[in-house]
Amino acid sequence: MFSNKTVNILIPIISVVLGLLSGAIIMVAFGYNPVAGYAALWNGAFGDAYFLGETLRQVTPYILSGLAVAFALRTGLLNIGVEGQVFVGWIASVWVGISFELPMIIHLPLAVLAAALAGAFWGFIPGILKAKLGVHEVIVTIMMNYIALYISNSLVRNVLTDGSDQTDKVAKSASLASDWLAGMTYFSRLHWGLLIALAMAFVMWFVLNKTTRGFELRAVGFNQNASNYAGMSVGKNVVLAMVISGAFAGLAGAMEGLGTFEYMSVKSGFTNIGFDGIAVALLGANTAFGVVLAAFLFGTLKIGALNMPTEAGVPTELVEIVIALIIFFVASSYMIRWIILRFKREGK
Amino acid sequence: MFKSRFLLMFSLLLAIGLILGACGSSEDGGEAGGDTNEKEEKEQTSGEGNGDFSVAMVTDVGGVDDKSFNQSAWEGLQAFGEEHGLSKGEGFDYAQSESDADYTTNINRLVRQDYNLIFGIGYLLQPAIEEVAAQYPDTKFSVVDSVAKGDNVASVTFKEHQGSFLAGVAAAKKTKTNKIGFVGGVDGDLINKFEAGYVAGAKSVNPDIDVDVQYAESFAAADKGKLIASNMYSKGIDVIYHASGATGNGVFAQAKDLKKNNPDEDYWVIGVDRDQYEEGAIEDTNVTLTSMVKRVDIAVQDVANQAKQGEFPGGKVLEYGLDDDAISIARTNEEALNEEIIAAVEDWKEKIVNGDVEVPSNRDDLKTYVDSL
Repeated sequence: MFSNKTVNILIPIISVVLGLLSGAIIMVAFGYNPVAGYAALWNGAFGDAYFLGETLRQVTPYILSGLAVAFALRTGLLNIGVEGQVFVGWIASVWVGISFELPMIIHLPLAVLAAALAGAFWGFIPGILKAKLGVHEVIVTIMMNYIALYISNSLVRNVLTDGSDQTDKVAKSASLASDWLAGMTYFSRLHWGLLIALAMAFVMWFVLNKTTRGFELRAVGFNQNASNYAGMSVGKNVVLAMVISGAFAGLAGAMEGLGTFEYMSVKSGFTNIGFDGIAVALLGANTAFGVVLAAFLFGTLKIGALNMPTEAGVPTELVEIVIALIIFFVASSYMIRWIILRFKREGK
Repeated sequence: MFKSRFLLMFSLLLAIGLILGACGSSEDGGEAGGDTNEKEEKEQTSGEGNGDFSVAMVTDVGGVDDKSFNQSAWEGLQAFGEEHGLSKGEGFDYAQSESDADYTTNINRLVRQDYNLIFGIGYLLQPAIEEVAAQYPDTKFSVVDSVAKGDNVASVTFKEHQGSFLAGVAAAKKTKTNKIGFVGGVDGDLINKFEAGYVAGAKSVNPDIDVDVQYAESFAAADKGKLIASNMYSKGIDVIYHASGATGNGVFAQAKDLKKNNPDEDYWVIGVDRDQYEEGAIEDTNVTLTSMVKRVDIAVQDVANQAKQGEFPGGKVLEYGLDDDAISIARTNEEALNEEIIAAVEDWKEKIVNGDVEVPSNRDDLKTYVDSL
């Protein structure tokens, strides 16, 4: 009755509970009221339709960046470059969004597709380097993050605009924003991208679990030598995993470029969508459904945190600490697993 | 058997949670209770309307303690609160943004908390202010350092190029190596204004002076500021003017480190927005030559007062400059800023206020200005 599977589900849940508890302890230690703090967080995330809309808006890119990291991890690759892939996806979608005048039925899919392709290309480079030359993907993807950041800044400044630091808004026909959704949530920036994100979670589940290709990808993740021996092309699967992962990340960029902001501006640093995606994937145990749940948690925490200083006087940084602790507990799952197993043994 | 263990573990966790929760609320019980009462009161009064006027501001990512722009604005709100007997959380408050996705969320939240006037501090908030202002025509908005559309938006701008010109004059008078530096935040229209004024001022005093201009591409990267400052000082530059918000804290840190190791060498920093004399203090000396003081606080307080009196300048662009004393050159470092420099600064200030000198506010105008020297 206490299979490995239940342990795997229990670990993230326990980690979240422990993380929130530790956050409460820290609040008490620094003289804040944890009940008021978490109440403010709850109100800030779900207090009314506006905040609910904003929370879902924040969840959308997190789902996709989480999927991107999770997909690569399932093939045994650590894609740190999701951040950069988000940037190229963002800029590609905005580029298509502002440059063409097309009917919506062509324009919107074209802009979304451009983002996915740009992200896929950004994932292809470290993938092919890994497959052909054995260059470790972590190093390449970290460097590609900076390349993406500065290239997109320079594109915004010199190509998409005439020296200004923000592009025009994308054409209505390429926008994911919806007056209907905004109206329902008192002008929150909730957009249709959430549907794309959920669909992509399904796609990931389907590809990995229901196709031969997915079986190969997972096999490479478990053991490259065995897969090679079984006649699978490891290199091909590595490249494919990075390309698909990059495409998910590019879509996360499109969510920001076509949905939330509808423009691209010069960024002074990373958006952290990609880096938070690593945490989301970890907490979601690299499964499509887990990532969706973890993205909801992170989106809630991030948006709710903004309400904590004004309503309860608790600094927003506290939520960063809670998130870090949750990740810490997930990463130290060995400890939790050991405790659970002890209970189990004694129970027998 | 496992089940009961499992339940035990969870109930333990829950118990800890409850105890902690209880601790927290018993400790802060009185205060928390007070809080809710106050909140109710506030809701009632804002429901009644007219008698009660509340104002709030949203910072950019620099945060309210950036020792620069946002902090100055917050000081203005605090002064406004003091003037009218308000306290933080009741009548005035701020919301801090962690990333640029938070601007709209923060502004919206303050609107929904029934603040009458909401400031967006910094040009980065201009799109967000414009967007929300269009959605809530009954709330008043103001954006500092940028121009936003809308009849319920007052745009507050400063003639920073004039102040920067005077900073350039001071730098050119102070330098011994004839090399001075400029550290900008993000390369764009606003900071180019500082750059143009500074270069023009320095070249007016000494056309052969060498001005090194670099941008950190961030208003919150103290590490980059420190790196750029380190490069500049090692090239022989002895005065650096920074217009880069919290990035400038790195410039100060580097100047102070160098000064501590070589007390006889000159490492000057010119601060921005606020008088940054405190930031430059080390032991018995100070690396802050002067600061280009931009009284965001005066402007914020002024707009808030106008709005309170029902004379909100909606739809207008307010321009504060040298003649309103909203832009000035700090004189707190009396040792470094000697009489000769002050005399020169006063001299040029008069020329600017009288209109004898047209200070360039962008790179194109700067080029024409320098060529004409």
